[in-house]
Amino acid sequence: MRFLLLFSRQGKLRLQKWFTSMSDREKKKIIRDMTTMVLARQARSCNFLQWKDLKIIYKRYASLYFCLAVESQENELLALEIIHRYVELLDKYFGNVCELDIIFNFEKAYFILDEFLMGGEIQETSKQIVNRSIEASDMLQEVRFTGTHANTNALSKTQSVTCTCGVST
Amino acid sequence: MPAPIRLRELIRTIRTARTQAEEREMIQKECAAIRSSFREEDNTYRCRNVAKLLYMHMLGYPAHFGQLECLKLIASQKFTDKRIGYLGAMLLLDERQDVHLLMTNCIKNDLNHSTQYVQGLALCTLGCMGSSEMCRDLAGEVEKLLKTSNSYLRKKVTLCAVHVIRKVPELMEMFLPATKNLLSEKNHGVLHTSVVLLTEMCERSPDMLAHFRKLVPQLVRILKNLIMSGYSPEHDVSGISDPFLQVRILRLLRILGKGDDDSSEAMNDILAQVATNTETSKNVGNAILYETVLTIMDIKSESGLRVLAINILGRFLLNNDKNIRYVALTSLLKTVQTDHNAVQRHRSTIVDCLKDLDVSIKRRAMELSFALVNGNNIRGMMKELLYFLDSCDPEFKADCASGVFLAAEKYAPSKRWHIDTIMRVLTTAGSYVRDDSVPNLIQLITNSVEMHAYTVQRLYKALLDDISQQPLVQVASWCIGEYGDLLVSGQCEEEEPIQVTEDEVLDVLEGLLVSNLSTPVTRGYALTAIMKLSTRFTSVNRIKKVVSIYGSSIDVELQQRAVEYNALFKKYDHMRNGFHLSLLMIINFRFFVVLSSFKMVQVCLSCLCVVPILQANDLLDLLGGNDVVPVIQNTVSTKPASAGGELLDLLGDLSLSGIPPMTAYNKNGLKIDFTFERANPNPNIAVITIHASNSTEADMTDFVFQAAVPKTFQLQLLSPSSNVVPALNQGTVTQVIRVLNPQKQQLRMRIKLTYTHKGSAVQDLAEVNNFPPQSWQ
Repeated sequence: MRFLLLFSRQGKLRLQKWFTSMSDREKKKIIRDMTTMVLARQARSCNFLQWKDLKIIYKRYASLYFCLAVESQENELLALEIIHRYVELLDKYFGNVCELDIIFNFEKAYFILDEFLMGGEIQETSKQIVNRSIEASDMLQEVRFTGTHANTNALSKTQSVTCTCGVST
Repeated sequence: MPAPIRLRELIRTIRTARTQAEEREMIQKECAAIRSSFREEDNTYRCRNVAKLLYMHMLGYPAHFGQLECLKLIASQKFTDKRIGYLGAMLLLDERQDVHLLMTNCIKNDLNHSTQYVQGLALCTLGCMGSSEMCRDLAGEVEKLLKTSNSYLRKKVTLCAVHVIRKVPELMEMFLPATKNLLSEKNHGVLHTSVVLLTEMCERSPDMLAHFRKLVPQLVRILKNLIMSGYSPEHDVSGISDPFLQVRILRLLRILGKGDDDSSEAMNDILAQVATNTETSKNVGNAILYETVLTIMDIKSESGLRVLAINILGRFLLNNDKNIRYVALTSLLKTVQTDHNAVQRHRSTIVDCLKDLDVSIKRRAMELSFALVNGNNIRGMMKELLYFLDSCDPEFKADCASGVFLAAEKYAPSKRWHIDTIMRVLTTAGSYVRDDSVPNLIQLITNSVEMHAYTVQRLYKALLDDISQQPLVQVASWCIGEYGDLLVSGQCEEEEPIQVTEDEVLDVLEGLLVSNLSTPVTRGYALTAIMKLSTRFTSVNRIKKVVSIYGSSIDVELQQRAVEYNALFKKYDHMRNGFHLSLLMIINFRFFVVLSSFKMVQVCLSCLCVVPILQANDLLDLLGGNDVVPVIQNTVSTKPASAGGELLDLLGDLSLSGIPPMTAYNKNGLKIDFTFERANPNPNIAVITIHASNSTEADMTDFVFQAAVPKTFQLQLLSPSSNVVPALNQGTVTQVIRVLNPQKQQLRMRIKLTYTHKGSAVQDLAEVNNFPPQSWQ
């Protein structure tokens, strides 16, 4: 995989994950190209596009477009499943995820993505394991490293993360 | 200083901005606050500030001043800090940044942290965007961690190793020991990442590939378990157990089985099993089937299995799901070369896909249709493709038109069908036809001699309907110029001949010249066509008038042509017919890639002889008036006689007619000798062959020999053998001159030589007066 982009129907970027190194200018150009191309597609078209030497797989979930670019030897149908899996993970974490969740908690969206994909490959195929890892990491934010017991209250999506020094993000 | 606002507060505020300018203002204010907070080295709020900065970065605003802050966060002891710090590093600190390498030490420490989630963060960052230097530095740590039994870490380390190999391929050997027993894992995450690592190694090194072939039985076993095992809640996707892992294994099997009989045989059964047992009602099942088909086609599978694969693709073509149809067309395109007949069976379905509403599907179907065209199905296929050309979107028309031309050229059942097809393309998609098709079409028409009358008639009728499609107009003008006589004489065999007068034809062509729809190129074609008709039509005066009007046209190209044509009328009127005007006009096609057609090149070369004739006459004018150049009485040069001995030796067998050869020119290392023979049956024509040789150490390139004779003579120069005179007398350039001397006057000649020698252009004029008397008596 080369990159993953999430953007709204107005073309506003909500998440960008780049799996190869690129200059800022190139990234901006790609974002522009992708949003133009994908937003121009008809409603009932197929979800695949050819762009330069890459295959672009996109899917719309409510008001968000998920756009994944893969190399030519990769499996497009599986790429659709990858996108779907990520949406499921977000949904489980946020509970009926919507675009606002991703806007206000973008850093969480990244953390979840980093437990699912890494370096352009899938690192974990089990939904439960990914979710458990995220929950455990979130809990860790409550712990002082000198060994104080963690706050065992489960996190809900609206509660901001609190460090032990009492400062919230 | 008050506490910096929270991240969510900032996001809320920015979203209330109603204009871009308002947003920019808010962002600038906040950036200023963040900057001062950074300057104060405030540890408490650094995390919050960097998070806000990352949000603003996503909106497209610069955030580079936060780079060092990310480093500080990474070095912090708090997990929250590290989390945001590493995220910031991944977004802001890629390998192009100068401070990228400063992360190395922090990452190294965190790789050995006691908390696995911290190690995970470090591994993730390294594995996503570590530069080659960083990978080199930390490869040892990664290799050490590969031995861990912690599955959470193991899968991350494995992908990290994959990244290291991608960045620094030489380090691949380092990870080889760790690959022992890689596949005996039960944990799917670890198994999946291990398969990715194996794939990466096999793709990069043939040695590794050979080494890992022994894993095929194990892979087959794992795949079998996945298919046969019951419901597993942890990995189930719509009834299929861990499709991600299945696809990855299939891909590795593909690489291992390619070109290897034993491995391919070992996987035949499992592939057949997957192909027949996978549930196809949902996308996920089809994803697995798709990968299976790709694997079957790539390895040395038995023919039954290949047929099974193509049939699966055929079934995909009929699927309601557009994505599946698209994928089927793409795969068929890949296999059409190797399994042509099998794919042909699905031709009608593929052709139906041309009518699909989806643009991506239409494009694939078009490409595949062209690949399937052959001598047997050309008529039927062409009908469908032309229908497609009529109705498709403009973005397809150029490619489709080119495809139609190519296919027609290869498989046309008859010339008339071929020309009809071309006409159809030009009239329906004429403006989308590529520029280089025009010369190709012209050549095609030229070659179909018996169809000239039919072609020109149809093109003329098409012009009457519509002059907006430039390629059509250009081809039509050319044809009318070339075959206008056939048009006017009404000689068509293929269909009802039409009655057209010369004036009507000239009306149409003049109409093209003045129309706003015509491009300058088209106007050039039209003017040239009108000129050519001057040798075919009788209304020469009308043509002369048109040509002279355009002598003052604003368009420089048009003006130049008109002036040249005018000159043909005035000065060289007697030669107009003999010039093979059509050939001369081809030289004028400067716009087009004329030389793309080999035939055109040959034609152009043979026309070079025509050019020197024009210039020869100019030479005479330059040399002072129309009088005969005075005879130099006293110089019957003895040079030929004295040099005769050597000459005769060199050119011994060339003295065919008993007329002794002579040296016409010898200067600066270039020597030109003349040898003579009498042309039969006309004794007034002397045939002179020039031999140019070069005794310097450098070649003389772009060598052009020109000659002029007094008015009482007529000269014809044929094409030279070459225009490079090789150095050190290694070869000669020869050229034949024919001189008609009816009045048997003493032969004199002025010659002009131009060539490039050692990078500079050389030009010389000389008089040749030492012709042996036998050559002109």
